[in-house]
Amino acid sequence: MTRTSKLIGVTAFLISVFIIVPWAIAASGRWDFYYTLTSVALLSIASAGVWLTFYIGRINIGQGAYALAGGYVSAVLVTQAGFNFWLTLPLAGLFCAGLSVLIGLPILRLRGVYFAMVTLVLTEVARLAALALPVTQGAKGITSIPLPGEVSVLGLTLIPDFATLANPKLAFYLMAVLLMVICFAALWRIVNSRLGHLCRSLQQNEELSASIGVNTAYLRVIAYSISSFFGGIAGAMFVAISQSIYPSSFQVADSVNFMLNCFLGGLGYVFGPMLGTLLLYFGWDLLFATGRYQLLIYSSLLIALMLVLPNGILSLLDRKGGRK
Amino acid sequence: MTPILEIKCVTKRFGGLVANSNISFDVAEGEILSVIGPNGAGKSTLFKLIASFLRTTSGEVRFRGQVISNLAPHKVARMGVVRTFQETTIFRSMTVRENIIVAHHLRSKASLLGFFLGTRQARADEAAFGGSADDIIAFLGLEAIAGELASNLPQGHLRALSMAIGLATDPKVLLLDEPFAGMNHDETMRMVGLVRRLRDERGVTVLLVEHDMPAVMKISDRIVVINFGQMIAEGTPAEIQSNEKVIEAYLGSEDAAIGM
Repeated sequence: MTRTSKLIGVTAFLISVFIIVPWAIAASGRWDFYYTLTSVALLSIASAGVWLTFYIGRINIGQGAYALAGGYVSAVLVTQAGFNFWLTLPLAGLFCAGLSVLIGLPILRLRGVYFAMVTLVLTEVARLAALALPVTQGAKGITSIPLPGEVSVLGLTLIPDFATLANPKLAFYLMAVLLMVICFAALWRIVNSRLGHLCRSLQQNEELSASIGVNTAYLRVIAYSISSFFGGIAGAMFVAISQSIYPSSFQVADSVNFMLNCFLGGLGYVFGPMLGTLLLYFGWDLLFATGRYQLLIYSSLLIALMLVLPNGILSLLDRKGGRK
Repeated sequence: MTPILEIKCVTKRFGGLVANSNISFDVAEGEILSVIGPNGAGKSTLFKLIASFLRTTSGEVRFRGQVISNLAPHKVARMGVVRTFQETTIFRSMTVRENIIVAHHLRSKASLLGFFLGTRQARADEAAFGGSADDIIAFLGLEAIAGELASNLPQGHLRALSMAIGLATDPKVLLLDEPFAGMNHDETMRMVGLVRRLRDERGVTVLLVEHDMPAVMKISDRIVVINFGQMIAEGTPAEIQSNEKVIEAYLGSEDAAIGM
């Protein structure tokens, strides 16, 4: 793909998410779509993190733990320390990144299914920790979290106070999509810089990587902490929207879904997790009409998709001779 | 002149099995030295110990006087002792050129963050890696397959690629693990020529483990023979060919096996 066609693609995407979608929603009056699309944007950020751990050759089924941790960090800071939400957003990410360094140092030595099993347990550990710790207020959770406050620099309002807005749903949608765009731009940059090449070298052969002088342990932890940072901010933003968080806000099923999003979209494509999330989320909703057969049809479709397109939906582009 | 590599009383035990027992020899700078021995003699273990992919049970390996045994493998590589692999280990889903470019990691001056941000240093590094990769491709005569995915390459080319990856790290000492395995006579002779040029044109000291005796006899300045984890002989190809112990170790196999 040439530079110009990439540029056109990105511009078209930005115009459609920031202008066309809000316009279409206003025209059709389907305001509930805002909540759905906001969720997709945030879930795709968490999935992007999982995708990055796939990129270093690790199956990560523990992103829910970081989403939960990030959500609680933001909730606690906003309700108990009176922080502005927009400040807690990066703090939640950093907290999760730091936490993942501590957790990752020992567990990233594991490979394959062993790593996957440990991460699977992480989500459950996070839930139990949230139930037990005093600061998270147990099963009651933290509720009535105020809407995000104003951000201004030198008297210039960058982000208005959400409580004063006539349409906070639109504002949340715009902020979530903006966050998603930033995260995927960063991910794109990582993958296409030397950092990404080194991650790929890890994925393909860790021994050879070490023998060409790559500090594999360090690189694994870096990638994992970036992944967890994404999980943390996605979780924090979710909490701001729902204005509440419980130990069950992110569960093992969510962790599994983050992973499925990556599989479905395509592990070889940066924008795989975004597409995967959109399709899985809408696919589930569309099947709502089938009632009690919803899960059966949904799972069968997933299995079929993975059989037919093992490299994800975006691999269809490659078949036609295009690229990424 | 002090040796570039000193292997001093190196011993490696796996539980009750002694894979290497008290092995000592020196490698001079610019030398091509082969380690030979029957299957299971402990040659590959010795290589892993030198490149520090395994920890020694006792003894030490020194590179230019500095102890390198039991350091992290990437640190040893960083000092200039680089190992290539027995089973044509490469990055399978990258092209030949990408493989070589990635292997330039050690030479990068910019940090990972620098590469992320695309700083001037990072861009200079990328350009330098590309140039150097093309040099290596030309050196090894891989121009025709530079854009090919590594997983599509035949054996002989894989071996050359694995050497190219080693070269990209700008090694002082290159450890080649069975570089001639599975090659026919012509391919072997080409590879022998390449290894020679590696030493003559790039000044790389080469250590190799190999079974192909005619090639070993042709290429080596000196040979170290290992049997049952013990070093049983050390000397020039001519000395090794007439060494009683070596002949005994290879007894049962054809005489041709040690190139006689």
